[in-house]
Amino acid sequence: MYKYDQYDQAIVDARVEEFRDQVQRRLAGEISEDQFKPLRLMNGLYLQLHAYMLRVAIPYGTLDSRQMRMLAHIARKYDKDYGHFTTRQNLQYNWIKLEDAADILADLASVEMHAIQTSGNCIRNISSDQFAGAAADEVTDPRPWAELLRQWSTFHPEFSYLPRKFKIAVIAAEEDRAAVKLHDIGLQIHRNDAGELGFRVFVGGGMGRTPMVAPVIREFLPTADFVSYMEACLRVYNRYGRRDNIYKARIKILVHEIGAEEYARQVEEEWAHVKTLGLDPPAGEFERIAAHFAPPAFEGGLSDDLDRTDPDFALWLDQNVKAHKQPGYAIVNISLKPVSGIPGDASSAQIDLMADLAERYSFDELRVTHAQNIVLPHVKKADLYTIWQQLEANGLATPNLDLISDIIACPGLDYCSLANARSIPVAQKIADRFAGLDRQRDLGELKLKISGCINACGHHHAGHIGILGVDRKGTENYQLLLGGSGAEDASLGRITGPGFDEDGVVDAIERTVEKYRELRTEGERFLDTYRRVGMDPFKEAIYG
Amino acid sequence: MKILTGNDLGTGDVVWWTGSDWSRHVADAVDVDNHGEAIAAAEEAARRVNAPYVIDAEQTPQGPRPGHIKDRIRAAGPTVRLDLNIKPADPAAGSWVI
Ligand code: HEM
Ligand code: SF4
Repeated sequence: MYKYDQYDQAIVDARVEEFRDQVQRRLAGEISEDQFKPLRLMNGLYLQLHAYMLRVAIPYGTLDSRQMRMLAHIARKYDKDYGHFTTRQNLQYNWIKLEDAADILADLASVEMHAIQTSGNCIRNISSDQFAGAAADEVTDPRPWAELLRQWSTFHPEFSYLPRKFKIAVIAAEEDRAAVKLHDIGLQIHRNDAGELGFRVFVGGGMGRTPMVAPVIREFLPTADFVSYMEACLRVYNRYGRRDNIYKARIKILVHEIGAEEYARQVEEEWAHVKTLGLDPPAGEFERIAAHFAPPAFEGGLSDDLDRTDPDFALWLDQNVKAHKQPGYAIVNISLKPVSGIPGDASSAQIDLMADLAERYSFDELRVTHAQNIVLPHVKKADLYTIWQQLEANGLATPNLDLISDIIACPGLDYCSLANARSIPVAQKIADRFAGLDRQRDLGELKLKISGCINACGHHHAGHIGILGVDRKGTENYQLLLGGSGAEDASLGRITGPGFDEDGVVDAIERTVEKYRELRTEGERFLDTYRRVGMDPFKEAIYG
Repeated sequence: MKILTGNDLGTGDVVWWTGSDWSRHVADAVDVDNHGEAIAAAEEAARRVNAPYVIDAEQTPQGPRPGHIKDRIRAAGPTVRLDLNIKPADPAAGSWVI
């Protein structure tokens, strides 16, 4: 894992003290809310429905047990004993007091964490593949590149006031577990015919009110040119992005309006100039960063055998445990989606337990996934049963990864001031309706995603089934979308038709999946069936 | 009726204007008629509240009930964590919000 050097620590510490001063001035009335708001947002502090909300950055979703325990400590000491893991691989606290905010940031800084780049029109916290460094299908660990981006983008003076927020994701596998094509910039590391590593660069994806799947603007970018090329991409956006209209300010609109080819051409032109500025770090600097991500000291010669006699354990193995590149090891997915639970929420005790498990069994590493779950990336197969027993005893062993109850849901109207409708109760009703595991497993991979408004924080456009909460004359109403995907086969869901109330949308989903069961052919996922037969049969099943 | 709400500057708590002060309980809210904006401006300037705004509410035997579900959720707490509500033991909380 990356460890701060003296510069990293110094800038984070300085930021805490600067913010402490700003908070004091606000509380003393020396600055108004209008003056203070941009300052607190730069430190991840929002004002939400019930209190201030603090969003903590978890760079590329990776953290160690010390950091995880600090998250639990903060939840216990300053919040209401729980935190919410988000689709951006971050964590949000919902009940923060302004008076405590600087102390919390100081606690975070003591474990190399912060809330910088979690708000505002800057380059946001970089996201990545939660299986990085462990996945059997990756060509390299993408995180050193994500870390390089973090260092390049943090407090980048030119890109602190972009036309709008800017989200970058990096992966290095064919399977896309980070929704790269739905980011402002998505980067996929792959090998060219000569066997060299480089980036496939996607620009202009996003969700929100105008969802778009990002086109490729460069098939192969040599790694040595990485930073200068990113700089050029951002410069073109910074200059031509639509500052006149907040709804058109994201890079996706620029790329869409001028076309991917023209955008790429402008980037190349700018890049020819940027390249001369000496921005690309020397190879030694990248190697310094990459050394932090060296594979842990895996034991050789371990057996892959597992005792599957406990049927509940076997179920969990089949659903939540994934292949590791190292023989004898596995990747454990901890579902934060128990039936009747709140997607992504974990109590302080649960956060501590996950930290303990990581420390003892996973080389001290944890990951947060964009599906709001937690991963123990490097676990010995021989330890799986013990881990499962402890997870099970703490409500963390729901064997539902990628099934219909593994729902992504934004905070919605229960917490969010921008919401039109609640998301969490809908997620709970769906999970309850499909609580039977046999039924869920029969339905197979089915990604259900819910947002409480058009901002799409819950990725509803990218759900195999998506739900969007809208306000219909003051009451909550839900639109249903089918056919989206945030994976390598990215696509945007289409609205089925008129919306539903809360119970109605659950019924509509049931009719949708029953139709799928009727239509599917051997081995077809819901999404495959939908793509083969189209919307009409489902529409008919839903609306009759 | 019109009532005035905002968040406490220091704690972030949802608060309601009682005529002379701020309360965490919407039942204490008073009708501000058409004085809401002026009170809001004065209270904000005095740093007693953050981001105040006026809403429509209905007078009921239990006190004012905000017209929009968003403000009812603000008044009561998240509908999915009744244990964290302002009146955690209140069995009527659910139907009051929805
Ligand atoms: C509760 C406070 C939140 C606020 C005020 C907020 C605000 C917004 C806004 C305004 C957008 C639309 C941006 C645009 O279209 O240009 C957005 C998009 C998004 N937010 Fe949030 N959000 C919140 C919580 C969350 C949470 C909890 C998550 C993760 C679960 C999240 C993840 C995202 C994602 C993934 C997108 C869509 C991707 C994009 O186009 O940027 N947000 N958010
Ligand atoms: S999608 Fe809307 S309701 Fe949900 S968290 Fe984002 S802004 Fe809030």
